[in-house]
Amino acid sequence: MTVTNVLIAGVGGQGAVLASELLALAAAAAGKDVKQGEFHGVAQRGGAVFSHVRFGDRVHAPMARRGAVDFLLALEKLEALRYAHFVKPGGTIFVNDFKVEPLRTADERPYPDDAIDFLRSKGFEVVVVAATDTAMELGNHRAANVVLLGALAERLDIPADVWQETLRARVPQGLLELNTKAFAAGATPP
Amino acid sequence: MTTLMSGNEAIARGAWEAGVLFAAGYPGTPSTEVLEGIARYDEVDAHWSTNEKVAFDECVGAALGGVRSLVTMKHVGLNVAADPFMVFPYAGTNAGFVVLVADDPGMYSSQNEQDSRYFAKMAKVPLLEPADAAEARAMIGLAFDLSERYRTPVMFRTTTRLAHTRSPVELGQRSEAPRTAFTRDVRQYAIPVFARLRRPELEAKLDELRAFAEQFDGNRIEEGDPGLGIVTHGIPYQYVKEVAPRATVFRLGMLYPLPEERLREFCARFDTVYVVEESEGFIQQEMASFGILNVTGKERFTNIGELSADLVASGLEGAPVPGDFSDEVAILPRPPVLCPGCAHRGVFTALRQLGALVTGDIGCYTLGCLPPYNAIHTTFCMGASIGNATGFRRAGEEQVVAVIGDSTFLHGGLPSLASAVYNQVATTMVLLDNGTTGMTGHQEHPGTGHTLKGAPAPAVDYEQLIGALGVRHVQVVDPWDLEATKSAIEAGLAHPGPAVIIARRHCQLLPVEKAKQHVPYRVIEEECVLCEECMEAGCPALVWEGDYPTVREWECVGCSLCAQLCPAEAIVA
Repeated sequence: MTVTNVLIAGVGGQGAVLASELLALAAAAAGKDVKQGEFHGVAQRGGAVFSHVRFGDRVHAPMARRGAVDFLLALEKLEALRYAHFVKPGGTIFVNDFKVEPLRTADERPYPDDAIDFLRSKGFEVVVVAATDTAMELGNHRAANVVLLGALAERLDIPADVWQETLRARVPQGLLELNTKAFAAGATPP
Repeated sequence: MTTLMSGNEAIARGAWEAGVLFAAGYPGTPSTEVLEGIARYDEVDAHWSTNEKVAFDECVGAALGGVRSLVTMKHVGLNVAADPFMVFPYAGTNAGFVVLVADDPGMYSSQNEQDSRYFAKMAKVPLLEPADAAEARAMIGLAFDLSERYRTPVMFRTTTRLAHTRSPVELGQRSEAPRTAFTRDVRQYAIPVFARLRRPELEAKLDELRAFAEQFDGNRIEEGDPGLGIVTHGIPYQYVKEVAPRATVFRLGMLYPLPEERLREFCARFDTVYVVEESEGFIQQEMASFGILNVTGKERFTNIGELSADLVASGLEGAPVPGDFSDEVAILPRPPVLCPGCAHRGVFTALRQLGALVTGDIGCYTLGCLPPYNAIHTTFCMGASIGNATGFRRAGEEQVVAVIGDSTFLHGGLPSLASAVYNQVATTMVLLDNGTTGMTGHQEHPGTGHTLKGAPAPAVDYEQLIGALGVRHVQVVDPWDLEATKSAIEAGLAHPGPAVIIARRHCQLLPVEKAKQHVPYRVIEEECVLCEECMEAGCPALVWEGDYPTVREWECVGCSLCAQLCPAEAIVA
């Protein structure tokens, strides 16, 4: 029984939930059993948001166990650190080269600018993706989630036409071209 | 046809398939999408009510009137609706009546962790709980059948994880339920007068339900390892299947009343049986009351927070749950924040500058208690702010302000304001009127001018309403104007009687606001004196980059609060 575990994390408003819904829809369309569970707190924006997507022959739990995630997609660097312990030894972390300072709290330590080096030192495969920059070049920073998804898609056995159909079915008509370009840009980085 | 659905969407679908004709509720995470989902079906008359008790009463009327009815709420909503929930079972229903209650273990978006299963026992009504979206779709239909067969309201309990997890669901067709006419019979339906007559019937009905539980196929045994027996339910069942796939599992779909004899037989097969349940030890306690004592449960599986496959594995095998990397690297907390341009920000800035004691309420604005806003000092439950402020005034505090959102005010604030007026307590209240139910995702309410189905509706006129209650000092202010907001609150505090300030500006995430063109602000670095006053706004569009504050122009909606805070006029449009 094989199950692929993906964890998508970001800051509220970055589209982590939409990205995970697209992945879940594509996996289901490719004939797999799927569970996609999202975790978010109060209010609409700004807090940490993450979502598990699990697909394979038969999926029970909505979230993967710690140390069992195959791919972590982090829309923000600090969020990569927050969920890295879910990734299996030697697993892959796709991280958007983008920083969102959290609001100041009682924890006055500086933002960990060494996040990527730290993750590499732990033996993870870290793929740095300029997802927000790429999305901004395409005209809308909010498409960073789909850029990252395009990068992940290269590692999964979900056919390209299934991805295209999923984007067409789920993304609003006016944003389809942007998201199709974003997905392609993630799949074949410059 | 199979489609991917959240638990909430599947419940909406299943209720529609079961022929539901009326549905009502009040928004509350994680229950909200059930009513939003069922409202999409033309056959169903669905609406947002002012609060959960109102929704419950409406559904009682509809079910007695002969149509299958669904009422939806989160766990704390059931507290509000507890009055009719405890009494209606004495009468029993006519058409099918199901109470959907969504618990929030882990308190992702709630003020408390409350195991609502105890409510079913207290109200003496049957309780069903599904384990995934596909089962939720089928089980909600069964709940309506059960309700009609035993003429009882049925409680249908979910949790955040069930409600918000998407998984494949096989869809069915809608079948219309027959309408059954209401029979006027005060001995059945005028409970206070005839409660003594009805009371023994409630017990007789429970005995029938106990017999049903023994043969219900939603309570089923999955045979496996004869040396490992587990009793479980709902989402924890999925964790058990994940970590102990070979165990012998008694999976309960009906949580009250429990199948006593089948549980007794099951447990007799093992030395010790594990009871894996989330939140409190409800099943374990019920089993203990049956005299089934060779069980272990809450000793191993915490009643605090949400369970997980890791925690279930830890409870079964004793293995520790791996921690994160926070000992090695600065994983800074990232609490939720008020959005750029949020109208609450101006009110909180004013309140902090005035130094008032502020009683808070339930909504996005509850975040006002956190840094850097530091403006709210108490928050408990829906509508509590006004009564709490009145109490603080009675205790001798002078500078007290209650803050409450528009939807919350209509939900539970009105009686408290009437009490303050009636008793002539100089309670000052700020109505945060952002024109929507913000935190749960922009639901309509009696003040917005639209119904759940999108039809135009009369909008409450707050000035008239509050004036009619007898409040003599009512002032409307734009919370984007800091000085005006501050003076309005000061004037309210100076007024000798109850005073209301209406801080009126739309939630910036409403489509009508997002469609607007904004002129973003920017920082002139040469003018900046590095005083950091602007950072007190706590705005995610204003970040410290390099040596200066910087406005992320694509986030900025031009509210100008940071510019109003800047003493050096270094922030300009």
